[in-house]
Amino acid sequence: MSTDVTPTRPAEAGQQSPFARAVSDAGILAWRTLKRIPRTPDMLIYATIQPIMFVLLFAYVFGNAIPIPGFPGARAYREFLMSGIFAQTMAFAVASASVGLADDMSKGLIDRFRSLPMARSGVIAGRVIGDVVFNAFVMLVMVICGFIVGWRWHNGFGQAMAAFAILLLFAFAMLWVGALIGLSVGSPEVAASAGLIWLFPLTFLSNAFVPTPNLPSALQPVAEWNPISSIVAACRHLFGNPSPFASPDGFPAQHPVWLSLIWCAVIIGVFAPLAVRKYRRTTGH
Amino acid sequence: MAAVEATGLVKTFRSRKNTVKALDGIDLEVPEGTVLGLLGPNGAGKTTTVRVLTTLMAPDAGSARVLGHDVVKEADTVRQLVGLSGQYAAVDELLTGRENLWMFGRLYRLSSQQAKQRADELLEIFDLTDAADRILKTYSGGMRRRLDLAGSLIAHPKVLFLDEPTTGLDPRSRLDLWQIIRDRVREGVTILLTTQYLEEADELADSIAVVDHGSVIARGTADELKAKVGGERIEVVVHEPGDTTRALELLTTALAVTDPEATSLDEHSKRVTLPAPGGSAALVEVIRTLDANGIRIADIGLRRPTLDDVFLSLTGHATDNPDTGADESASAAAKGRA
Repeated sequence: MSTDVTPTRPAEAGQQSPFARAVSDAGILAWRTLKRIPRTPDMLIYATIQPIMFVLLFAYVFGNAIPIPGFPGARAYREFLMSGIFAQTMAFAVASASVGLADDMSKGLIDRFRSLPMARSGVIAGRVIGDVVFNAFVMLVMVICGFIVGWRWHNGFGQAMAAFAILLLFAFAMLWVGALIGLSVGSPEVAASAGLIWLFPLTFLSNAFVPTPNLPSALQPVAEWNPISSIVAACRHLFGNPSPFASPDGFPAQHPVWLSLIWCAVIIGVFAPLAVRKYRRTTGH
Repeated sequence: MAAVEATGLVKTFRSRKNTVKALDGIDLEVPEGTVLGLLGPNGAGKTTTVRVLTTLMAPDAGSARVLGHDVVKEADTVRQLVGLSGQYAAVDELLTGRENLWMFGRLYRLSSQQAKQRADELLEIFDLTDAADRILKTYSGGMRRRLDLAGSLIAHPKVLFLDEPTTGLDPRSRLDLWQIIRDRVREGVTILLTTQYLEEADELADSIAVVDHGSVIARGTADELKAKVGGERIEVVVHEPGDTTRALELLTTALAVTDPEATSLDEHSKRVTLPAPGGSAALVEVIRTLDANGIRIADIGLRRPTLDDVFLSLTGHATDNPDTGADESASAAAKGRA
């Protein structure tokens, strides 16, 4: 039991700038998030089956009942639908962050991390980054599924990639919201529903599944300015898919990409500092 | 210099319904290289004290220094110098033992190579090498606790905080863990450990602080505290109801008990209780005496003082915690059975 003869003292914190430290800690925690995913196969399956199910349900069950103004034909709805499903799936990423962090908190891991000389943003950033990588994988599955049901992009590979980048940026933004929820509620069961419940009205009150001109006129402005709608409209614009607007001269219709970027910036700007503040102050059990 | 110093720590938790004063002016001092046992029932403020000292929580009032660094103002420095291992074994269930230690090593700012090497060393020390590449879900409670403790030792901390390190462990794992803790003490690590078991504090701590309702109500070595309680006692249950009085007389003489107040006799349960300063030697003496006089023994045991006894003699009331007292005295009694 003779121990510790080779002193491996940690490097002095001074050798690393706070920023380098935050990046390195986030990277280590992102590694952890990703390591865990294949070890929870049920979550992996659920996270990929759900969007596939939505694609099939909407494409084949509701699709024929929802006309796209200005775009006749049966295939128009599927072209219209895919961006909505992409954005919805990215928004639902909220749950993986909220459940993940609530779980860490209930198991005492957050306490352990807080007792380490690591960046205060590290745990949440690692969770968020790891989940974005995972969502890129989920998106790949959905793209394949979309191709099978007849969805295509029409403006070239570059613009399509730009659309996927916006979707992942949106997932990144929403994950910070999830982090705040997860650290606030503390129990994974509550975090699962608290993370999702408000997303249903938010996604259904958007242009994701139903063209906004088909909505009651009182709801149209709400639906068109909705952050989810802006992401969806930006994607439809970049993919070259049908993107009808009730007010085609409004800012959301004219500048969908800018509006989506503004929304992401606002969400990150508000929720990232709140989540980190919550982490610093969390009192655990 | 004291490795850990706390003065007048106060922490109040408020919720909508009530206000709980978790810490009500705790003062502590742990000299370098020694072990302080923080002894108290659930809710006495032990965990809150540890949380303040390990920078997880800022106190409402008072101050604390670890190796001369203020836990609030120099929190980051303190975090580099201390290790924390808690009753809620805080390790990642979906990572392997090796991955957990590597991750903690990296977060302590070791290089990847150093972290790997340190993980191997610790797995070896904690006898986890064979299980190193298994996911923690497959570990037993004792193994998990060992890994948790290993995680807190990665950066060679000079001060170690152990929050109820053996709560919920089986006796065998508990003994293993005690040995590991003793080894750290031999290396000169200063330890503050919390426990609900007087026996554990006795085994590991150089000095003990008894906490109740957020303040220290007694300090001293285990022997000093036990002396206050009256040390070990022998309980004899005789077979024949008529033998109790005679047994008490014989044993009072045999054990040279001078204070009749310290003995007790319960006719109903046929039980005679006497102080036993000689411990197990006295047990032999009791059996010999009763046997020589033809008194049949139904049951006999050496009863060690428990947290409840300490509380009773210090405060005049038992611990407010219904479970600890009961199962602690049960396990001590079981161990003391000859």
